[in-house]
Amino acid sequence: MKMHYDVEGGEFINVGTASSQFKKTLKMLGIGADIIRRISISMYEAEINMVIHANGGSIDTEITPERIHVVLQDQGPGIENLDLAMKAGYSTASRQAREMGFGAGMGLQNMKRNCDELQISSVLGEGTRVEITVYLNQES
Amino acid sequence: MTIGSIKECLEAHYYCGEEYQGDTLEYCYSCDLMSDVLAYVKNNVILLTGLVHPQVIRTAEMLDIRAIMIVRGKRPSEEIIEMAKEGGIVLMGTRHSLFTASGILFGNGMRGEEITHDENAL
Repeated sequence: MKMHYDVEGGEFINVGTASSQFKKTLKMLGIGADIIRRISISMYEAEINMVIHANGGSIDTEITPERIHVVLQDQGPGIENLDLAMKAGYSTASRQAREMGFGAGMGLQNMKRNCDELQISSVLGEGTRVEITVYLNQES
Repeated sequence: MTIGSIKECLEAHYYCGEEYQGDTLEYCYSCDLMSDVLAYVKNNVILLTGLVHPQVIRTAEMLDIRAIMIVRGKRPSEEIIEMAKEGGIVLMGTRHSLFTASGILFGNGMRGEEITHDENAL
């Protein structure tokens, strides 16, 4: 089962709409609460990043009997130093992002902790691709 | 504590979700930083916060947080209240500060998330 979401940039009020819709779909499919919670946290963190740093983008999700796979693609500025970005507490978020309670520099770490696989590829000036996988048939 | 007794203790009022007043919550997390809420909340908590923004409701929704208490007498917009209603989240408000509201709940037996932070913590 595949779904596509477009995420608008600059609309901080609407951030999380895609994650919210996807979560509702997972609930309807009867997927376990712990798995839903983990993929929701990871996807929401990634969706926030997409709006804060990259002026939006697109999200494609795929649910199979084995796994939930979420791909977030943006055409933003890219991540200059991925190792540094992964470091807890490091953030380049705007004041506006911080005012809504984000930009503490913990999103990537939290995404990693809540999924089974996290792949981030980024090209400066071209954009960032984030792939999140949570397996359905194994313990976290 | 039941949501109804939390409301009484904090002399609070409902913005929505009064129908869930009989539900019980054991844990409380008090925080204005949603990044921390996303990273640290594990249990079925009531979230105490002074941040009034739609992302507070979204954050609660992602974590299956059932109840939010807005402190310091801050007022949520109609849009925020609607989002809480849609998500089946209890939204309340109190005039107490974050510290005082937390202290009252602690004194009534609510527990905090079992977290200790050090410089190596996330």
